[in-house]
Amino acid sequence: MAGQSEGAKPMKLPKFDYACPATIEQAVALLAGADGTARPISGGQSLMPMLAFRLLQPSLLVDLRHVPGLATITINNDGVHLGAKVRWCDIETSAALKVAHPILTAAVRYIAHHQIRTRGTIGGSIAHADPAAEMPCVAVLCDAEIEIVGSAGKRKIPATSFFKGPLMTALQPDELITGIRFLAWPAGRRWAFEEFARRRGDFALAGIGVFFDVRDDKATNVHIAAFGVGDTPLRLANAEAALNNRPLTDAVIKGCCQAAREAVDPRDNTHGSSAYRRGLVDYLLGESLRRLTVNSSKACANAH
Amino acid sequence: MRTDVELNGKIFSFEVEPRTTLADCLRYNAKLTGTHVSCAHGFCGACTVIVDGQPVRSCLMLAVQANQSSVLTIEGISNDDDLTPLQKSFRKCHAVQCGFCSPGILMSAHALLTSEPDADEDRVREVVSGHLCRCTGYIPIVQAILEARPAYKKQRSELP
Amino acid sequence: MNKVNSFIGAPIERVEDLRLLRGKGTFIDDVERDGMAHAVILRSNVAHGILRNVNTSAARQMPGVLAVLTARDIGTPMPTIPLRHMTIPDVVRPYEQPVIAATKVRYVGEPLAVVLAETHEEAEDALENIQVEIDMLPAVISCRAFQPPPAILFEATGTNCAITYYAKRGSGQTDFPDCYVRRERFTTNRHTAAPMELRGLLAEWDDGNGRLTVNGAAKVPFTTRRILSKLIGLPIEAIDMIEFDVGGGFGARGEFFPEDFLIPFAARLLKRPVKWTEDFREHLMATNHSREYDGDIELVCKRDGTLLALRGHVFADIGAYLRSTANVGPRNIAQFMSGPYRIAEIDIDVSLMMTNKSPTGTYRGPGRFEGDYMRERLLDLAAQDLGIDRVEFRRRNLVTADEMPYQVSSIRPPEVSAYLDSGNYLETLTHCLKEFDWETKSKRQGLQEDGRYWGVAIGCFIEGGGSGPLENARMVVGTDGTISVYVGSANVGQGVETVMAQISADSLGVDMERIRIFHGSTTYLPDGYGSSHSRATVMAGSAITLAADELKKAVRKAAALRLNCAETEVVLRGTTAQTPYGTSVAWSELAVEELAGFGTFKHKKNTYAYGSQAAQVAVNPGTGHVEVIDYISTEDVGRIVNPLTLKGQIIGAMVQGLGGTLLEHLDYAEDGQLLVGSHAEYLIPSASDFPNLRVFVKGEYPSPNNPLGVKGAGEGGLICTAAVISNAVASALSEFGVSPTSLPLSAPRVWEMIHQPR
Repeated sequence: MAGQSEGAKPMKLPKFDYACPATIEQAVALLAGADGTARPISGGQSLMPMLAFRLLQPSLLVDLRHVPGLATITINNDGVHLGAKVRWCDIETSAALKVAHPILTAAVRYIAHHQIRTRGTIGGSIAHADPAAEMPCVAVLCDAEIEIVGSAGKRKIPATSFFKGPLMTALQPDELITGIRFLAWPAGRRWAFEEFARRRGDFALAGIGVFFDVRDDKATNVHIAAFGVGDTPLRLANAEAALNNRPLTDAVIKGCCQAAREAVDPRDNTHGSSAYRRGLVDYLLGESLRRLTVNSSKACANAH
Repeated sequence: MRTDVELNGKIFSFEVEPRTTLADCLRYNAKLTGTHVSCAHGFCGACTVIVDGQPVRSCLMLAVQANQSSVLTIEGISNDDDLTPLQKSFRKCHAVQCGFCSPGILMSAHALLTSEPDADEDRVREVVSGHLCRCTGYIPIVQAILEARPAYKKQRSELP
Repeated sequence: MNKVNSFIGAPIERVEDLRLLRGKGTFIDDVERDGMAHAVILRSNVAHGILRNVNTSAARQMPGVLAVLTARDIGTPMPTIPLRHMTIPDVVRPYEQPVIAATKVRYVGEPLAVVLAETHEEAEDALENIQVEIDMLPAVISCRAFQPPPAILFEATGTNCAITYYAKRGSGQTDFPDCYVRRERFTTNRHTAAPMELRGLLAEWDDGNGRLTVNGAAKVPFTTRRILSKLIGLPIEAIDMIEFDVGGGFGARGEFFPEDFLIPFAARLLKRPVKWTEDFREHLMATNHSREYDGDIELVCKRDGTLLALRGHVFADIGAYLRSTANVGPRNIAQFMSGPYRIAEIDIDVSLMMTNKSPTGTYRGPGRFEGDYMRERLLDLAAQDLGIDRVEFRRRNLVTADEMPYQVSSIRPPEVSAYLDSGNYLETLTHCLKEFDWETKSKRQGLQEDGRYWGVAIGCFIEGGGSGPLENARMVVGTDGTISVYVGSANVGQGVETVMAQISADSLGVDMERIRIFHGSTTYLPDGYGSSHSRATVMAGSAITLAADELKKAVRKAAALRLNCAETEVVLRGTTAQTPYGTSVAWSELAVEELAGFGTFKHKKNTYAYGSQAAQVAVNPGTGHVEVIDYISTEDVGRIVNPLTLKGQIIGAMVQGLGGTLLEHLDYAEDGQLLVGSHAEYLIPSASDFPNLRVFVKGEYPSPNNPLGVKGAGEGGLICTAAVISNAVASALSEFGVSPTSLPLSAPRVWEMIHQPR
């Protein structure tokens, strides 16, 4: 017997209050005061569809648009720091960033569409934690650090511990992401970022990121991550081990891809079967590694 | 809540609920119905307007988030006397059929050509990919935008 | 007929664009009325069950809520939506949809209640406070007839098979000794038209005069009015259906849906205007689905490739109710599966199976897209088995010009015949091969240097259009020098204002600038049959030529009186009437007394535009992605009125067809839940997907069936798409031995065909 009907969900947004604080302290206080029922909003590109489908019904939205100091891109010898409010279009148009951390810029090109990238922010994407999103994978792949502030003060969490499940993170209800820090990216690093989606700009059915440094014709410091194939982006330790300290021969690449395929366990769903997504991980990683043996460090174009 | 917006060059004040989207505010408060709402969840681009110089999906923005911002809609880039070069190009290339997706696409095209009058076909196609159209098959739309480039180049070269 | 082609045939830029490009179109959600209330529909989230209770007491107390209607408010007898084509009422009535669920629910999305509130938001807020009790029943989600079925949807009939149609041609021969026989099962998947403008209505009730105005009509406003009149108990004359700008139809919008009763009913009850607009998730479950068939089809031919017979049985997945056009696609798939080919013996049944899914109706090229897919796949399979070249196989079996009119299958009940009217199918096939460069492209077969598998295919199609029974046009000269032309055709975005203006201008011999087209609304004409089955240019266009003849007679008569001469002495030049004596008068001056012409075009013979399509694809074995490298269409439409809008229709249709073949899919769970609720799940093509399309059109073989010689041409672009793309993929993957027999050819499914063949 079915009870209260959830039929076709409404599309007008639910009721909520709205605040537009001038400082980060005020923003945190507003979140803390709402007992877990408030949500921060910046670009809104991930949050607004949730509200439209009434999947979220917050009592209060805390708009960060006037909070200063969160929108800067900083590049120095230690690496790259992105304020939480840095938008995708800011990353796309930064020539310096393209040199300092090329995989970031490459990954952004896959995110949604131009008109989303004018407002969507890196902080918003990380906080939203969609398992098929690009930036959480890049963060996990690169051992980035997520900087957070809450009523208990500031803290940092490694990206590899930050994502807990689909749309779930280590953030407390009164916490905000303020920035994300990436380690310095050496020149000469080999890397690739590849995903497969049904249409350009769609969420990935599966995607991979890989980088390694070269020493004595061997791959070292191998990092491999996959997204869209689990509840969170995944580092593929066995695939990394299969490639680490080895030359990029066909046999090694094959072993690495096989380990990657076995390391992920995606569910069957309406978009594709588990076998298919594992096949995609194998293919995308294999194609990327094969191209990296031929070229230097160019990112691959989309698989098709 | 009160929201002040510079809308198509004039200051407007609106009294809206926080949950009112910018799209609904434009359509029902400002009575500018040229901005259309189709999917209301940020996929189709029919609701695209230009906020502070950037094309955005107005269904993914709260009206209150546009407080103190400038908003440009299809009405703001049109005039009664004549079609603009971009609109003429759309007409010539038969890039409009039912017209429902058109205002959104025109806004994206206008924003693109204003900042990138040299945009090549790949770039135009990339930007148009952010819009859904069920009638035209897109080929005439891409063609129309490419053919409007000279007018935007000319306009840019004429700027003081 | 000989008409001067000043405007007909020219790529005239559209008059509609002047407002649409400025954002000055008026779509239904742009329309407001003082005192307007908003309606939101509560819909079932259970696919099949006994409806025990809909408790609206909490919802009715909520802020802004004016009323919440359920079946109890509609009363008895509960109105049901009639099947409008080829109906056999005693057979189909049990399966017709009640305007609101009363005792049972049969699909996810079925209306249970209507919330009326001051604002849209308040109505939606109230939805969440309605309590529904349903005793669930097993859901039927397959249209194959299982014995016993998981459940029966309509206890009164005891069967889920509503009706079966029989398409037959020939002597009934069943034995074909020494012949090749190939039998296959094919399935086509469930689609929806997904126009960019979602449905909406604004109904107004004039209590003093007892008149109802329904704003937001589309496609077939006169038919909708007739149906509404009967269901709501008002005379036809008391109802006006008003058409505004319409954001696409493709066959789905404009048919009679439950909301087309519920919203006017609510307006009459509240005595306030009531507006309703749907959102996309709602649209996916509430607007007509289409295209889902499961067929066992058998092809018989001689060893030399001469086609002899096409036989089989098709199950049509109708959904939970027989809505107004539910039988059109099924009848077409059976009657026209033979397409442009000469097949003497045809015996195809189609059973309309009720399932617990959203009801179905027409969608561009209904039944034709699906039937062509099945037939063309069989042709390629047969050609392969027999070792005959695929092109040659088609060439020798195409109906030739001197065989026309060529009778295709008849279908019953009731019995309807059809005749291919005119054309040279071989010519367009040859043209297609040449433009495509078949010779070169067909050599690029199988695995190529880019790691992908390449293949080509060709297909031939007919496009039935221009259906009767009649259409009206009225022309009225204005005192300002303009000529108003009223037609019963509806605008769905196809450029009807421009095309009709071209025809009007040429029929009258006047400048197009003087013509004003008024269409769609029932206030313009006594009767009309709207825009469906690509009929507007044929039917309204022809009606316009007849109205023009009448108007010119009226002008001559009035001019003769004014200028004091004989009617035969009057010469019409543009919008003036002149005599040989040097006197003349402008039509506008004569228009102080009514100066008008009315024309009705009636016919029972459809037109058949036709053509060929060819495609080259490259399949990525790592992802299953099919890239369309080149895809062309060559079509002869009898006579081209506006090449600009015609090509636009064809390209748009080709892209829609590609979406249907490769991307779009309405997926249902075992319990009848629709798994598709947004654009992230129902994937319609975007600008990046299919950039490589080419279109060639001709108008060299006019139809003998109407004075203009035109043929309906709005659907042909996609009729052969699934056929050609599937055959190209089969050709590309031939070394894997894969034989696609189901749609869609989505990347995951293609990948599985390669890596996990069953």
